[in-house]
Amino acid sequence: MLIPLQLFAAADYYTFDSPEQQQRFTTLTSELRCLVCQNQNLAESNAPLANDLRTQIYQKVLTGQSDKQIIDYLVARYGNFVLYRPPLNFSTFGLWFGPFILLLVGIAYLIYYLKREHRT
Amino acid sequence: MKTFRYLLPFIIFFSIIILLWRGLALHPNQIPSPLLNKSTPQYSLPNLFDANHPTTQKDLLGKVTLVNVWASWCPACAEEHEYLVQLAQEQNINFYGINYKDDSAAALKILKTAGNPYKIVAIDQSGNAAIDWGVYGAPETFIVDKKGIIRYKQIGPITPDIWDNKLKSIVNQLENEN
Repeated sequence: MLIPLQLFAAADYYTFDSPEQQQRFTTLTSELRCLVCQNQNLAESNAPLANDLRTQIYQKVLTGQSDKQIIDYLVARYGNFVLYRPPLNFSTFGLWFGPFILLLVGIAYLIYYLKREHRT
Repeated sequence: MKTFRYLLPFIIFFSIIILLWRGLALHPNQIPSPLLNKSTPQYSLPNLFDANHPTTQKDLLGKVTLVNVWASWCPACAEEHEYLVQLAQEQNINFYGINYKDDSAAALKILKTAGNPYKIVAIDQSGNAAIDWGVYGAPETFIVDKKGIIRYKQIGPITPDIWDNKLKSIVNQLENEN
């Protein structure tokens, strides 16, 4: 219950022209990471920098910038680290597919094991 | 095959130990900057020492510059301050300050009492210029080459150890570039 309340708190602080803008602001700030306290997103963090970045995102949402423009703006300054959803590229291959590869290895071993048990 | 089966748990155990051990040596609070090897951001900010002439990114051209983001309210900045003064005086290092979200009177007072390592200090009252530099906490120091390209970013205070083992050789190398 606590987390959703905090999310609304960040958006309530600002006034928007439309509920759609407010929704975009809430989504963006919850998917971008605070650089100072790294286990919090921008919506939840009380760090002064998070507050400044929220204000910048708010202004960009109001002036009609797209989600991609806003995310690109932050990635250009802080790198992919700000994204809670890392992009799919060579260096993040293991991150995205590692769990599935492990799952396949596990299933393969299970089948091998069951077949062998069955035979004896 | 049978020995392998007995060895397998140990192999897995030691792989995890090695991975976790390596994890202890990582610094997740030092985020690599995407601005490396790119031109410095463009800005125009008031100059702490000369109210009539704003300072811009053009003031960084022509010489190797250490752009140091600092504030009077920042304890880690006070920690490195004395050493920066020493570097500026003894090794003629060219420091350029960005005074981050600070009170100008308090900043000037520190420079008066503790010494001034900076040739120019830009006043970034809003903190928006620092965001363009990708700053997320003071102190941070960028090594900018003669053409205004960011070549290195130091996160956290400059200590004699960091200077001698890392920054000094980078600055010397950039001095020799045209």
